[in-house]
Amino acid sequence: MAEVLERVTKIIVDRLGVDESQVKLEASFKDDLGADSLDVVELVMELEDEFDMEISDDDAEKISTVGDAVSYINNLK
Amino acid sequence: MSLAGKAALVTGASRGIGREIALELARQGADVAVNFSGSEAKANEVVDEIKALGRDSFAVKCNVSNAEEVAEMVKASIDHFGKLDILVNNAGITRDNLLMRMKETEWDDVININLKGVFLCTKAVTRQMMKQRVGRIINIASIVGVSGNPGQANYVAAKAGVIGLTKTTAKELASRNITVNAIAPGFITTDMTDKLPEEVKAEMLKQIPLARLGEPKDIAKMTAFLASDDSSYITGQTLHIDGGMVM
Repeated sequence: MAEVLERVTKIIVDRLGVDESQVKLEASFKDDLGADSLDVVELVMELEDEFDMEISDDDAEKISTVGDAVSYINNLK
Repeated sequence: MSLAGKAALVTGASRGIGREIALELARQGADVAVNFSGSEAKANEVVDEIKALGRDSFAVKCNVSNAEEVAEMVKASIDHFGKLDILVNNAGITRDNLLMRMKETEWDDVININLKGVFLCTKAVTRQMMKQRVGRIINIASIVGVSGNPGQANYVAAKAGVIGLTKTTAKELASRNITVNAIAPGFITTDMTDKLPEEVKAEMLKQIPLARLGEPKDIAKMTAFLASDDSSYITGQTLHIDGGMVM
């Protein structure tokens, strides 16, 4: 769990240029981290590469917070 | 050469305008994947010509209206070249008929290849181009998509759709340095126009201020320009290459 969060956090910090302290589980990509729709699509793409998996469009639409992403990845493991 | 080091995929590249586009991109230095749907021998000829120019090329069969085949084609291109900088959506068909006689299948076939095909190919390359932070998408529309044309309700609707799709894709992808433009050819000498009766051609010439048909190279040159770094501030546009027919 901690390891997944760490890797997800690094991607978010790199991609969105936010401070690590802002990347909380309840943080919304769009509302709290300043991402636009395309940023979220890109984040999902990077998560797919980082964790070597495919996230369907339907599932991707449900990922809106940091916690959503982390638990999605953990559930697949 | 303005396209040295670039990798391109051209759909419908075995004949006509698409063939000339593939060759011109190669002349300008690009490596080119040559898509075809039926004419494998013709596609291989184009591949050989591109290789003779010292560029890398391969032929890839794909029906652009089939999402799975499109995904495979794009993957094959990226695997082969290691990247993809340029997509030219050129594949197209005609099934002309007067609206009142047009069969549903004639409508569906043309919309599926000429419009849905552009959507599928564009969607499939976007991931790679977004990662690269650079990309060029050039859609071959048609001047009749702007002006309308009797007997071509399906074709005109598809081409007008391509122009709208071009503008929306341009807006969605601009922040990732991907430009998307359309070219609207007028009457160009190809297999498609060769089939027209002489009197129809004579009537067409009357509508063209430059009083001649265009050639595939007229479209290919503009495509190469839009694919180059020199066009980096142009996006969402539809360029009319029609001898002044529609202004």
